[in-house]
Amino acid sequence: MSPVQLANRIPLSDYAAVIGEGEIDELRTLARPLAGRSVEMVNSTAVGGGVAEMLNRLVPLAEELGLAIRWEVMTGGEDFFEVTKAFHNALHGEAYHADPKHFEIYRAYNEQNLKRLPLDAEFIEIHDPQPAGFIESRQAGKNHWIWRCHIDLSHPNRSVWDFLEPYVAKYDGAIFSSPEFARQLPIPQYLLYPAIDPLAEKNKELDPGFIEEVLGRYSIDSSRPILTQISRFDRLKDPVGVIRAYRIVKRYFDCQLVLAGGSATDDPEGSVVLKEVKDAANDDPDVKVLELPAWAPLEVNALQRASTIVIQKSLREGFGLTVSEALWKKKPVVASAVGGIPTQVIHRHTGLLAHSVEGTAYQIRFLLSHPEIATRLGEQGHQHVKENFLITQNLKRYLTLFLLLSQGAAN
Amino acid sequence: MEIAETPFEFYTVASLTRIGNLSAGTLAEFLAGLEQCSDSSIFHHTFQTLGTHHYLTEGFSNDFAQWVLADANRDALAEQLAALDIRDYTSIAALRHDLSHVVREFIEQHPEFAQQQTLERFYFCESMEVTLSFGLSARTLDEFHDGVARLSHAAFYFHFISSRLRLQLRTNDFSHWLADSLGLKNLAEYINRIDIYTNTLDSARAKLLRLVERERRKHEPSAVGEPHPVV
Repeated sequence: MSPVQLANRIPLSDYAAVIGEGEIDELRTLARPLAGRSVEMVNSTAVGGGVAEMLNRLVPLAEELGLAIRWEVMTGGEDFFEVTKAFHNALHGEAYHADPKHFEIYRAYNEQNLKRLPLDAEFIEIHDPQPAGFIESRQAGKNHWIWRCHIDLSHPNRSVWDFLEPYVAKYDGAIFSSPEFARQLPIPQYLLYPAIDPLAEKNKELDPGFIEEVLGRYSIDSSRPILTQISRFDRLKDPVGVIRAYRIVKRYFDCQLVLAGGSATDDPEGSVVLKEVKDAANDDPDVKVLELPAWAPLEVNALQRASTIVIQKSLREGFGLTVSEALWKKKPVVASAVGGIPTQVIHRHTGLLAHSVEGTAYQIRFLLSHPEIATRLGEQGHQHVKENFLITQNLKRYLTLFLLLSQGAAN
Repeated sequence: MEIAETPFEFYTVASLTRIGNLSAGTLAEFLAGLEQCSDSSIFHHTFQTLGTHHYLTEGFSNDFAQWVLADANRDALAEQLAALDIRDYTSIAALRHDLSHVVREFIEQHPEFAQQQTLERFYFCESMEVTLSFGLSARTLDEFHDGVARLSHAAFYFHFISSRLRLQLRTNDFSHWLADSLGLKNLAEYINRIDIYTNTLDSARAKLLRLVERERRKHEPSAVGEPHPVV
């Protein structure tokens, strides 16, 4: 276990310019009864992916509000992350052949990590399946344990879920990013949206000159429509499907496609998928496949801001925070109706939903033909994110959960 | 300026959504859900959602209507559900009764749609709330104005929208206090008329503050009569 080195701290007061003084006052009001009380967040990667990004922002803000909060990352070998990646895909509904050895590897790394971790905070939140087995170290009645699931569990592979469920059932509650992800469990289940940080490098306002510079660096033409999907190279994000949709749109509009992303340290499949994407792009000069180091936040920000339309054509999705990132930048979004995406993209209010390659292409063509509708969707999308998916809202919901748990009212 | 004996205490509310065990994939299941779900669930999908989607001032009224429109594809029923104005209700039981009545009547008239599968399921959720004092109170109209201007969205929603259920009156906390404690019955009435369906929380608050400012000007020494404000 290693306490994580946090990104640059942004004082809470800086958020007042974005959300208003009243919202900041409210956070301080909610945090007052929780001052000095301990919280421990545990996940499996410090870099890459939405969970690490969110914790990087949430932890310092909670600290500033007076909570004694720690963030720990569990360690594991390649064998462990291969197993948990297989579990991850299986929980999203992909085929998986149960291998008893996988379950042994999972248990062994969970036990190994437990030897080095006190897990004695008043509120312990375990993120995702990798460290879910830590619950075995719980001492009855001592503290509150919450399992935070960032995965779409609506159609889980039975053997993996059957293995994990006995662990999950021992927690005091489980948090999901969408009601449809919830399972029949003997514990309370809560809805808590992941969030973006409006002041982080990935989302803050940028100088137009910098955006132009980034476009120039990748030979992207700012005078023609730019379609962009930002996500790691993962089959569940369907980057090849995005290329197919682009080819349909290309028949009607002289557009470009940018597929940009990086790899998370807990995703060994990334390089294989990247090769598949490059093969599918087939050296089309208007398809830019960009592998960005550790997500290069400023470049991602610039690419999103330069985009005419942002796409998120995932086949399965936990939540899909890249959608909120795009909406925050007032971009029209065309996205698949999977996972937490419909929560962010309210069809025809804050973006357009699609269910296929052809549907995605059609919605893109519709928005390219009706820029005034695209603008309205982008504006409403921005408001939607401001109200629901900013890190300050996420913090508020955590404070509420801790208050409810400590009052014994969460059940 | 009038000083109230009983101050207005500003509160805020933080809510957490609990995912319930009920869901619906047909209109028949939806009706059963409406009849069986908790009061907290009815509150969550009507009062609460109006607060969280306040910036959508066109075509969005409550979760039930939105689901019937987008996922059950029944526009006429959606319109009827959207037309139920939460300002008319001072109890969840009455609101549940009317919601169920509208859906039941539709199913009786169109039994062919009752078992039709919807695009996505409807999940009945509940709101769990924590209410805390903001540490702010007002005894005068000036203090009231400044307090309202400082409130978060949730606090404004708590006093202006969900207060009806608490008060069990067809009014809101602000109007109730202005009328009862400062004797400003007209101002209270104008504020209560602000349309929460066609305004965002920000624009509703801005209107409320303008009404208060207008009232304040009336009490200035050189004030002349003001025309009736249009809300």
